[in-house]
Amino acid sequence: MTTADWTLLLCVPLLPLAGFGAQIFLGRRLPGRGAPILVGAMGLAAAIALVQGFRFIGADVGELRSSVEAGFSWNFLWTEATPGTPNVAFGLLFDNLSAIMLAAVAPICFLIHLYSVGYMQGDRRYHIYFANISLFTAGMLGLILSDNFLSFFICWELMGFCSYSLIGHFHDKPSAAAACKKAFLTTRVGDVCLFLGVAILFSHYDTVAFSALFAGVQETLAATGGEYPGWLVAAGLLIFMGAVGKSAQFPLHIWLPDAMEGPTPVSAMIHAATMVAAGVYLTARAAPFFSEEVFVVVALVGSFTAIFAALIGICATDIKKVLAYSTISQLGFMIAAIGVGGWVAGLFHMVTHAFFKACLFLGSGSVIHAVHTQEMPEMGGLRRKMPITYGTMLVSTLAIAGVPLFAGFYSKDSILAAALGRAQSGGGLLDTLPAVFLFVAAGITAFYMFRLMILTFHGAPRDQEKFDHAHESPSTMTIPLVVLGLGAVFSGSLWIANGDVLGHHPWFPGLVSAPTLSGLVPVAPAIAEHAHGQALWMSVAIGAAGIALAFSFYQWGVFSAEAWAKRLGPLYRAVSAKFWIDEIVNTTVVRLTVIASAVLGAFDRGVVDGLVNLVGWGGRKSADLAGFLDKHGVDGLVNSTALATQALGAGASTVQSGRIQQYLLFTVLGAVALGAWILVR
Amino acid sequence: MDEFLANINVLSWITFTPLIGMAVVLCLPRTAGELVKRLTLLFTGIPLVLASMMWCVFERGTSAMQFTEDMPWIAAWNVRYTLGIDGLSLALVWLTCLLLFIATISSWKTTKGVKGYFALLMLLEVGINGVFVSIDFFLFYVFWEVMLLPMYFLIGIWGGERREYAAIKFFLYTLAGSVLMLVAMVGLYLASSDPVTGEHTFNILTWQTQAAAGQLTGYDLFGMPFQTWVFVFLFIGFAIKVPVFPFHTWLPDAHVEAPTAISVILAGILLKLGAYGMFRINFPVAPEAFHQFIPMIALLGVINIVYGAAVAMAQTDFKRMVAYSSVSHMGYVLLGAAAATEWGWTGANFQLIAHGTSSAMCFLVVGVLYDRAHHRRINGFGGIGMVMPVYFGLTTIGFFASLGLPGFSGFVAEAVTLWGAFDAFPTYVAISVVGIVITAAFYLWTMQRVFLGPTNEDYADLPDITPRETLCQAPLAFLCLVLGIFPFLLLDVMQPSIKHTLDLVVGAGG
Repeated sequence: MTTADWTLLLCVPLLPLAGFGAQIFLGRRLPGRGAPILVGAMGLAAAIALVQGFRFIGADVGELRSSVEAGFSWNFLWTEATPGTPNVAFGLLFDNLSAIMLAAVAPICFLIHLYSVGYMQGDRRYHIYFANISLFTAGMLGLILSDNFLSFFICWELMGFCSYSLIGHFHDKPSAAAACKKAFLTTRVGDVCLFLGVAILFSHYDTVAFSALFAGVQETLAATGGEYPGWLVAAGLLIFMGAVGKSAQFPLHIWLPDAMEGPTPVSAMIHAATMVAAGVYLTARAAPFFSEEVFVVVALVGSFTAIFAALIGICATDIKKVLAYSTISQLGFMIAAIGVGGWVAGLFHMVTHAFFKACLFLGSGSVIHAVHTQEMPEMGGLRRKMPITYGTMLVSTLAIAGVPLFAGFYSKDSILAAALGRAQSGGGLLDTLPAVFLFVAAGITAFYMFRLMILTFHGAPRDQEKFDHAHESPSTMTIPLVVLGLGAVFSGSLWIANGDVLGHHPWFPGLVSAPTLSGLVPVAPAIAEHAHGQALWMSVAIGAAGIALAFSFYQWGVFSAEAWAKRLGPLYRAVSAKFWIDEIVNTTVVRLTVIASAVLGAFDRGVVDGLVNLVGWGGRKSADLAGFLDKHGVDGLVNSTALATQALGAGASTVQSGRIQQYLLFTVLGAVALGAWILVR
Repeated sequence: MDEFLANINVLSWITFTPLIGMAVVLCLPRTAGELVKRLTLLFTGIPLVLASMMWCVFERGTSAMQFTEDMPWIAAWNVRYTLGIDGLSLALVWLTCLLLFIATISSWKTTKGVKGYFALLMLLEVGINGVFVSIDFFLFYVFWEVMLLPMYFLIGIWGGERREYAAIKFFLYTLAGSVLMLVAMVGLYLASSDPVTGEHTFNILTWQTQAAAGQLTGYDLFGMPFQTWVFVFLFIGFAIKVPVFPFHTWLPDAHVEAPTAISVILAGILLKLGAYGMFRINFPVAPEAFHQFIPMIALLGVINIVYGAAVAMAQTDFKRMVAYSSVSHMGYVLLGAAAATEWGWTGANFQLIAHGTSSAMCFLVVGVLYDRAHHRRINGFGGIGMVMPVYFGLTTIGFFASLGLPGFSGFVAEAVTLWGAFDAFPTYVAISVVGIVITAAFYLWTMQRVFLGPTNEDYADLPDITPRETLCQAPLAFLCLVLGIFPFLLLDVMQPSIKHTLDLVVGAGG
């Protein structure tokens, strides 16, 4: 790649960043309050990302490649470092994975920009909104292109900030004000773990560049004979904790459902293309640091989150909340995939998920825009009023449910295959659990997604007034839906072109291959092949069961949802209360922190400052005493009452006697005279 | 320009121009309020211009003192008027000039005792810059004391309700530190000898090289070596200024009572004087003692970081909260110093500037709201973000810069410090990151209570930030951002001097 190529790549994050800069200062005064310019800048960035992506995917960027090698970099801390002092060189990283991510994320972000033009029309803080989503996009694109942990972390936190501002966009609403704070703080817990993990790596290798760190880890393992030292295990776990926060994995998932307080396009952005994907991307990038124990943790956390969030998704009635839990669950699939060794499968799912989840969110936004409610019990029958929204959302639902021919099928199937392979190859409980969780979660996914579709679009309208008011959305909103809907069909496999309906050879694994994962025992090819065949039919069957069940409950009325809710009693209550995780966190972590700070505050005021005042009081009293004794001529005694008394007393008594003025007067006069003399000499 | 600045003795001009201004202002009649302000602007503006010029021509890549001046002052004691500037002090001098200029603009609405206020403000600048440019410790000490007087009166006369208590507390505390410093100074003087004449000397650089060579020694006292005494005395003197736990309680009181502009200077520069003193004098003149005390310094650093943040969270007074956040932020300086690695020291020194800009901005933020609502109760607001959108934006920058968001200078300082210190103190670093989370928590909680949520009807028609107020904050916001993205602009200047000083300290004691 030439310098010109690198420069073009650099433009991909810089264009939205520049747009943000212009928007912040001029946004209010620009035509269309700046939106056309930002959409244009984003379009250009997306175009470059696509062109550069397709030019180099497969051909040139099979391996991890950093622009530092080509001299295209920027020394962050020092321009000319002293020899022996670690510096940080910021370069761009470009391999097949980042090329694909870039080519997927940039266009999706562009579509969300476009969609927002219509959706946010009339908003009081319209220009601020656009500034924020541009910065958000710049952060994600910069993160994908980072070749070292420092610039990665900067972009990572930049997204945290943007999500804070965007979730709190309607900040006069108390719920939004609380949600944005919660999102930032919860993810920050993960962030500082990541920060510490990188600190461990830095302290051993004196660098934060990915390629140098990978090489360093290989050397360490060579020296120890493949044994992972404790600090490396700790570093892996801490880095993964960063991903747990950002990708909303259990137990740091609590911020994501609340993040629905933001405008809907923002939700689409967070859930599909940016924020949460960053955590998966991090897990993938950092996988070479992980030891076997870490992989087990990754697999368990991911698969548990997948089933846990899917369960909650069944009971939620807010259309966006269902999608939020669905995202958490799908992220669990991706994370678990990496944990069981399906590195490629996890990333593949991230790419396909980006399309259908963005489509689902924008679709739900279109619905909310039309009926002005997010509660599914107040919807129903919207299919006839909003055919484009319905069609695109249906396609995406089929994709997420894993129905063959749709994008999600290819990626989810490979995740399930990987999990099954791991289970069959290992056989222990810790190897089997992820597979069990994931298969069940896949079934539940199909169920709750069709529940959402049926409650929203099918049947008779449950709120006639809202139904009458409903209308299809304007073209700035439907065009992105259609484009994303096409993605939901074809981003898994161009089966029309290659006829590969059952997905034995989707495109993604052909382009992206996993790095050396020394911590993972590979699954034997024979077992993997066998598992793939089984997983295919199992996943199709379980998906079909989920869909059928959803129709039996909500469309055909074979079963009654209310009766079953009553029959399941405590389980139902636990699920609809989201397993009380929020309450637990609030009564423990949050409350303890506040109480601890209050106690320390009182300690500071009472004890520390109290001591200071006591010393002051003692000083004054001893000065009085010294004065009394002095006055009555008991000089000998005074001299023996230690120097400390005098020192303490001197300070206090000078204030009262007026000597302070004299003392300082002389000092000043001296300084004045000196200064005058120096300047005229 | 290089020669021009050297020829005119630029450091003397930077230091004493405000003194001329003070003299001029004091000669004006009592009624000339407006003229006083304009003259103050002029006389704080000139040093800023000179310092900026100096920044441009300052030679990078060397640790040598630049723009030096030297002449005898008190011959009997070999006290010399020696000035010079290097990477450790240049940025601090420039920041001083900038913040005093900003403080002048920010004090424009002062009506009480205008003449005295601005005269003292300029005298304060003389003291601060004098400390930073002095190479002779006697001179350093004189300037250190000069600085005390205006600060005492600025808080004691122009402050809030409990101003006298706060002013005396500040004064006595600093004086107590000064006394210890004085003792250490005399001790060092008597231990030192000029390499050429053999006389005793106050020259800090001579002290440093002698200490590094193990020649700066004296008698043991009460079983403790001379160096330890010197170190402890100097450390307490400087620690009070930083302020280091448990000597920090003067700070919140001083801040709460001080007028906005004075808080800006207090947080922005005065705290840095203590840290500067440690790096310039305290550690290099007693390197072996420094190595003994490293565990304690690191521990104090962590206490500052976490304890400061936790106590800040408990505050209900906006300004007190920001004051405690300063306590927390200065902890990084100690932790970085204790690391005794290049990254640790670099991060610590970078933090001085990063915190100098971000905390100054936060105090300006508080001032804007206090001027309008006349109270600072965090729980007494709500929804200000909708009422004052531009102010809301600037506050967001100030808060996030202060909580160390990447992209702002505070993050670079924290990251470099903590990563640099991790090798030596993994546990302490792990505890410190709790402070990072708490800091984010109390800033965002404050944000939520003051700016977000439904608008408090009492404050529904507060006017948005004025151009004058924006003018005060914008340069600081800009600096936070630029140094966060291009830290090499500052570090290229600092690095050689940091490395040189560290080599002296580590070489001697390690």
